Amino acid sequence: MAEIVSLAEAVQRAIHDGDAVAMEGFTHLIPFAAGHEVIRQRRRDLTLIRMTPDLIYDQLIGAGCARKLIFSWGGNPGVGSLHRFRDAVEHSWPVPLEIEEHSHAGMANRYVAGASGLPFAVLRGYNGTGLETLNGDPGSAPTIKPITCPFTGETLTAVSAIRPDVAVIHAQRADRSGNVQLWGITGVQKEAVLASGRSVVTVEEIVDELEPRPGAVVLPAWTVSFVALAPGGAHPSYAMGYSARDNDYYVAWDAIARERDAFTRWLDEQVYSVRPGQL
Amino acid sequence: MTSQMSEDRTEIAYTADEMMTVSAARALRNGMTCFVGIGLPSAAANLARATHAPELVLIYESGTIGAKPGQLPLSIGDGILAETADAVISVPEIFNYWLQPGRIDVGFLGAAQIDKFGNINTTVIGGDYRSPKVRLPGAGGAPEIAASCREVIVVVRQSSRSFVERVDFVTSVGYGSGPGDRERLGLTGAGPQKIITDLGVLEPDPETLEFTLTGLYPGVSAAAAKERTGWDLAVAAEPDIIAAPSPAELDALRSFQRESQ
Repeated sequence: MAEIVSLAEAVQRAIHDGDAVAMEGFTHLIPFAAGHEVIRQRRRDLTLIRMTPDLIYDQLIGAGCARKLIFSWGGNPGVGSLHRFRDAVEHSWPVPLEIEEHSHAGMANRYVAGASGLPFAVLRGYNGTGLETLNGDPGSAPTIKPITCPFTGETLTAVSAIRPDVAVIHAQRADRSGNVQLWGITGVQKEAVLASGRSVVTVEEIVDELEPRPGAVVLPAWTVSFVALAPGGAHPSYAMGYSARDNDYYVAWDAIARERDAFTRWLDEQVYSVRPGQL
Repeated sequence: MTSQMSEDRTEIAYTADEMMTVSAARALRNGMTCFVGIGLPSAAANLARATHAPELVLIYESGTIGAKPGQLPLSIGDGILAETADAVISVPEIFNYWLQPGRIDVGFLGAAQIDKFGNINTTVIGGDYRSPKVRLPGAGGAPEIAASCREVIVVVRQSSRSFVERVDFVTSVGYGSGPGDRERLGLTGAGPQKIITDLGVLEPDPETLEFTLTGLYPGVSAAAAKERTGWDLAVAAEPDIIAAPSPAELDALRSFQRESQ
């Protein structure tokens, strides 16, 4: 049953060094405030899972929180590269980063399998791509394998389930019992929460009663571990109905992330010296 | 491909990028369903909807079906897409229910590197996979878009570095190593039908499936296109001269770009 706590407490209790953490939000409702709190609490050796490790994971990777990244598209959407991610892959800075890479369809299905309590999911995908053959790399457990349909004999692709220790998402609101409601582009957040052992949900506001909204995803309180109030917690991404995407931030990030010094200064000024609640 | 646009041709100056975007927009027909990739394809697809293809159905991997943005979305998840869509669905659903069964007419993709069989690389360039010279963003939705859309159109600026004999990494399959590969791999869509660049248009040779220069923009020579191709580019006997952007096309494109500043 969800506990409503501060963001600092939620991160402290839910996320531990070495955990596999999925912070989801597909271009919308990206849990930046929670990500920054993870950086502030100096978590290490995390396996970070996310379909689109955009700025939020560039920041976590640059801060040295991650040991491994599981992903399907790592860029600054509409702008270009993730320079901290590239520096980690290309030059092991600040620490080496192992990667496990999929397509969006593969990642989405891996979450579906996790949420469904199944060991794998089936899709038509990967055939003929280099991603399929990375599977055989020494040291990494295969996560993509061919599978034969027992009914038709057709060869399809199996992808292994993702079961993170913790899912972290941002939602528009929760009620005082911890039931969570999100709407607009809801990406893979429901699947990520249901696939995970624990979850942290930051919200724009906590209300007495959740009014029904067409197309909204509702996560009942008993599927969520912690709810924390974090208005503006998706910035610079957006929260439909609450805030707009700060496109300038995405553009400005390119220059900040390009140089280690500029990035380190940014970390000091914008993350380490900020207390949650000051956001 | 001398189009009806040629009658509108004027002396308005335009850039190579504008010509490319206009040319890509023209490749989309009204009423089509189009799975739109990030970047150049998105600009072209939105231009098509604003000009000759108002009934074009734009589908983004963020889960927005039938988005009708009045300005260019900066990203595939811009709020404007969700606000104007016919339906907003989850990411597993967009791939499993909509893309995978072959419901979508055309996949509109970009590329960092592309080879003569239309295979696309957006993963790594140079070195080896574990220690690449350049780490690119990765696959995103492209592998399954390239596999499952009824056809694929690629929009990419042409250079001898990006147009290579064989891609360093196959992120998304075009024709693999040539005829028969798509069938053997069980890829349900027909594969890439056009590569639209800032110099002209390439289409697969019907026999060999090797991409061949079939169209050039006004003032661009086949020699220039060959020079900016990393393989020995075949050229059609008489490449079409593609009409310059019409005032209406340029107007629509520029007003989009102004509004998204």
